[in-house]
Amino acid sequence: MDAVFEQFEEPAQQSHAYELGLWVFLISEVMMFGGMFTAYCEYRHVYYEAFRVGSQHMILWAGTVNTAVLLTSSLTMALAVHQKAERPARWLWPTLLMGLVFIGIKAYEYYSHYIDHLFPGATFHLAGAPTGTEIFFLLYFLMTGLHAFHLTVGCGVVTWMAVSARRPLDTLGRTRVEMLGLYWHFIDIVWIFLYPLLYLVGGGL
Amino acid sequence: MSGPSVGTMVKVWVALMGLLLATFGLAHLNLGPFNTACALAIAVAKAALVMVFFMHLKFRPQLSSMFSVVGFIWLALMIVGTLMDVSTRWPSPFWNG
Repeated sequence: MDAVFEQFEEPAQQSHAYELGLWVFLISEVMMFGGMFTAYCEYRHVYYEAFRVGSQHMILWAGTVNTAVLLTSSLTMALAVHQKAERPARWLWPTLLMGLVFIGIKAYEYYSHYIDHLFPGATFHLAGAPTGTEIFFLLYFLMTGLHAFHLTVGCGVVTWMAVSARRPLDTLGRTRVEMLGLYWHFIDIVWIFLYPLLYLVGGGL
Repeated sequence: MSGPSVGTMVKVWVALMGLLLATFGLAHLNLGPFNTACALAIAVAKAALVMVFFMHLKFRPQLSSMFSVVGFIWLALMIVGTLMDVSTRWPSPFWNG
């Protein structure tokens, strides 16, 4: 499929229509994550001290390394989009690798919190923690969990694109690489905000 | 459709890493409420770099940029409205005495 669909005049118009459609999808994603960010703002306002205590129990090195990994994966994704006409797979595979590293480190964090009784619910236990600390951990697991789910979906699509890009991509295939790039960068942006709000609000650490 | 050159993309990545180091370092200073303010300012700068260069907004029609910011504008309205409520309601439903 190298042609332009019949409702479009030219390839540039078709490409722009795809792009705007994906931005509309990302706007709806902003609103979905936004509900959680709003809950975060409200509960942090109410339980300020509890959020400070909760944040001190984050695994700082893991969050910081993961931020670097995800920012770097955005660079490799941007390079894949840059090379979409030649060999995008050369940069899609490293992007996938970094996505998987991120999920692996995240899983290690979840496991550590779980055995430390920091998962919200009947087994939650943190000696001397002020009221609201459990809400911090609830929001932590919800927000990073939804983010990790998005990243997992992203890794799946990156794999599919990398495999299909073994052969040279037609117009539609190149547009798909561009759309995948926008989605991947959006996941990166969500994490750019999650990192300081969850890991860095311990107050001088 | 043109995008940034490879050199520009690498420079953006270096800037992103620098901002990550900055936000990580600032978190170790006790600045009171300014900790969050600085961290969010840096996060906005990082997000802007990603959107303008990696998401090609600099190289696309202005309509794309408009689409990219409206979601954040509605979100800002929602957060500000919610905080106006919880910060001015008294007695607070969250505090017992």
